[in-house]
Amino acid sequence: MGNSRKIGVYVCHCGGNISEVVDVKAVSEFAGGQDEVVLNKDYSHLCSDLGQKMIAEDIRKNNLDGVVVSACSYLFHGETFKKVAEAGGMNPYMLEMANIREHCAWAHSDTPDIATEKAKDIVNMGIGKVRRNAPLEPVKISIDRNVLIIGGGIAGIQAALDLGEAGFNVSLVEQKATIGGRMAQLSRTFPTNDCAACILGAKMSDISRNGNITLYTYSEIEDISGYIGNFSVKIRRKATFVDDSCLSCGICTEACPVSLPDEYQWGVTERKAIYQPLDYAVPNKYLIDESVCLNIRSRKKTGNTDVCRKCEAVCPRDSIHFDRRDRIEEIKADTIIVATGYDVFDAKKKPEYGYGRFRNVMIAPEVERLIVHTGEGRPTRDLGKRVAFIQCVGSRDEQLGREYCSRVCCMYATKLAQLIRHIASVSGKEKDIYVFYTDMRTFGKGYEEYYKDTMKMGVKYVRGRPAEITENPETRKVTIRVEDTLTRSIMETEFDTVVLSVGLEASAAGARITEMLKLPKSSDGFLQEAHPKFRPVDTQTEGVFIAGTAQGPKDIPDTVAQASATAARAMRLMVKGYMETEPVKAFVHPDLCDGCGDCVAHCPGSALSMADAGEGAGNPAGRQIVEVNESICKGCGLCIGTCHSEALDLHLFTNEQLLAEVEGALANRKPGEKRVILFADTMCTYKLADTVGTGKKAYADIIRIIRVPSSSRVSPELIIRAFALGADGVFLGDCEAKSTSYPGSIEYSQETVKKVKSILKGEGINPERLMFFQFATVMIPKFVMLMNRIAGTASGSEDIPEELRNSLPDKARKTLFPGGKK
Amino acid sequence: MKKIVLTRHNTDFQKEVEKISGEKITSCDQCGVCSGSCPLSDEMEITPSTMMKMSQLGLFEVMETNAMWICASCYSCMARCPRGLDLSKVAEAMRQISLRKAVDSMDLNGIDKKEAARLPSIALVGAFRKLTG
Repeated sequence: MGNSRKIGVYVCHCGGNISEVVDVKAVSEFAGGQDEVVLNKDYSHLCSDLGQKMIAEDIRKNNLDGVVVSACSYLFHGETFKKVAEAGGMNPYMLEMANIREHCAWAHSDTPDIATEKAKDIVNMGIGKVRRNAPLEPVKISIDRNVLIIGGGIAGIQAALDLGEAGFNVSLVEQKATIGGRMAQLSRTFPTNDCAACILGAKMSDISRNGNITLYTYSEIEDISGYIGNFSVKIRRKATFVDDSCLSCGICTEACPVSLPDEYQWGVTERKAIYQPLDYAVPNKYLIDESVCLNIRSRKKTGNTDVCRKCEAVCPRDSIHFDRRDRIEEIKADTIIVATGYDVFDAKKKPEYGYGRFRNVMIAPEVERLIVHTGEGRPTRDLGKRVAFIQCVGSRDEQLGREYCSRVCCMYATKLAQLIRHIASVSGKEKDIYVFYTDMRTFGKGYEEYYKDTMKMGVKYVRGRPAEITENPETRKVTIRVEDTLTRSIMETEFDTVVLSVGLEASAAGARITEMLKLPKSSDGFLQEAHPKFRPVDTQTEGVFIAGTAQGPKDIPDTVAQASATAARAMRLMVKGYMETEPVKAFVHPDLCDGCGDCVAHCPGSALSMADAGEGAGNPAGRQIVEVNESICKGCGLCIGTCHSEALDLHLFTNEQLLAEVEGALANRKPGEKRVILFADTMCTYKLADTVGTGKKAYADIIRIIRVPSSSRVSPELIIRAFALGADGVFLGDCEAKSTSYPGSIEYSQETVKKVKSILKGEGINPERLMFFQFATVMIPKFVMLMNRIAGTASGSEDIPEELRNSLPDKARKTLFPGGKK
Repeated sequence: MKKIVLTRHNTDFQKEVEKISGEKITSCDQCGVCSGSCPLSDEMEITPSTMMKMSQLGLFEVMETNAMWICASCYSCMARCPRGLDLSKVAEAMRQISLRKAVDSMDLNGIDKKEAARLPSIALVGAFRKLTG
């Protein structure tokens, strides 16, 4: 093949979208005049079936080893044309898109002549890059059939059953002594008033019967490392001090002298130190709470092993052993489902409602348990005749940093109102129930009807968020002060009980898991899904999925649906048995790496490590060089700038490729013309530039856009070299910190820009010719404004003298790496 | 502005209105389509939806407003209410509650005997219960 490439360039009319503005014939002819371009065509619709076939055929006939499709955005049809390349027998990574629609024809539709010149530059950049493309293979990762599910609530249970029944090996880890989660603590469930225990209990016992599911209750995840297809998980199985031989007869609890509020009952009733969390617990076994057991506490404090032991004495099966210890188990997993659930808002953070101070102010979960006990014929307390619910306690309240709606409180308050009313009416009593709300949100299937039925039953809804609750110290009755915002009058009314409809918040236990897996959170503290619409149960980490309220507040139907979705998404990977990803991966030039290891610590994903270079030409034994773990490498390119010997680079976005694009952008400048290079991260800035074009918003026409995975790919040296080649300005664009998929990249780029600005300043170059901004994909006016600003700065600046330009890289290198090459 | 203090008497009043009208007034969700539809709401001191809210909460003050007397039972509200409520019946129920109190708006002794003899009896009977002001 030799060094010379055979490049084909195609210019698309896009049915007039491009050709009505850009002179496509002129662009095609221009391309034909470039080195190594052997074929140039313009065509009405390259993406049509005919257009695709034409390209594939050309590739085959002419033996092309490089193709530039000058048409729409890479994000729009990039994948389509890669398949076309494959169909033509060419490696798909030998094809580049030149975006002359969103970034040119649409953005500059009012200035066709300028657009045509810009289109030539964009095509030239594509040709420059494709000359340096190398055939690559997608990265293949093998995936076996083991799935770890963290959290044994209804989400984890549903996902486990779906996967277990499909024949996958499931490890279900739950920190509590039983599975069932929050749902097991509910009385009944809206909008059907099914008893939670009745519908959940059956699913819980399905788990214990399923041979493919290994259940780890009373267990905590100690550590997770690895990546899709290769996660290692350390599980701490906490000692229960009761063996599997336990029959759950319960004699031990009668003997136990220690009583404490039962957390499973929200403190409504008490339990003993040896106990069973629920009467339908799975596994159905007793356990000892070591933090309160007299024997275990004394063993730890004084070493005396003979304290109490009453339960041991009465146990008919000798199941109790005080000397048990926690065990650590290690398992492998190929995929992970995070279903860590929620915590309930702590109503004490809302002191004006007096929870914890006023006996008759309760939170909704307590009332759930009261209803269960009353329903089972052991009422623990009477709510009185007049009951009020206060909605949005810990939701929609920016004072508390909780902007979001908890989504279930409207319905659970409505449900509790129905249940309280129903239980009273069975015994011939009446209740006067009020619900104080801000907005009623009863959006689910059958929910609005349920709400209406409750109103019909006589439950009264008053629109207004209560300001405060006061207590009559003698009667202990509580008075709510609130504006009825529909009659615009102040109301002060006494109730026997006030129930706070507390919101949901991200769980503390889940936060630990999130930390281990390095999963991003959204601003509400819940886990961030990969895409709010199209990837709602995926995370940015391949092979890790999120189900249920870990992702955000949701009701049982949504949780179950999402859990099944995660099972399907996990199966999709595990059934196929492997995964292919774009090879945007860092790689090492072994001959350039001097083994200093500086880069290793910088990698945000720990994908770099030192390894033996292996015996070979010129390799002294034991020579260490850096090695990239491609399964972990996310391809942010941050490491490149940390290497002082230019030994690291990034596939698909190599230094050579990016500099060729810069050269392509500058080559056809007319005297006096300026050029600004925008290095645009794919996810936000490039996407935003597309959106700006789609909206036909014009911005400075001297901007030339180069796509990079992340701004951290743009090393300080690369920026300097762009200036050295003659760029008049350089702009780095990336995502806002919360939406980037590359941890650490923003901070790195901020540092990069700071360094380069100081170098420019030192050389007497206006540092404002370099800018960095974090874009959200909706910031259209901001994008236009900033592009115009840097273009203005560049246009108003003198050209950097050639002599200075030529010396810039060496000078910069001395500042960036004062130690020089080792 | 007068403060609302709700007691069981308010609930009793709400239930009485429901009993007489046969309408489940607690199911009103305050959308306001009744007030928008009512051809006479301009003449009322409170809108029909406010009348519903006040009777829902059992606020006796609703009886002191003229809304129920202005209502002509044209049924525009009923025809459009998304919850199928008949406000005309609610207004009628409140009129009934008011009438059943048998409060005379006119004092017979204040009328000159000669004039009383000339007045048609229907006018006298009507005047006793002329509560619209």
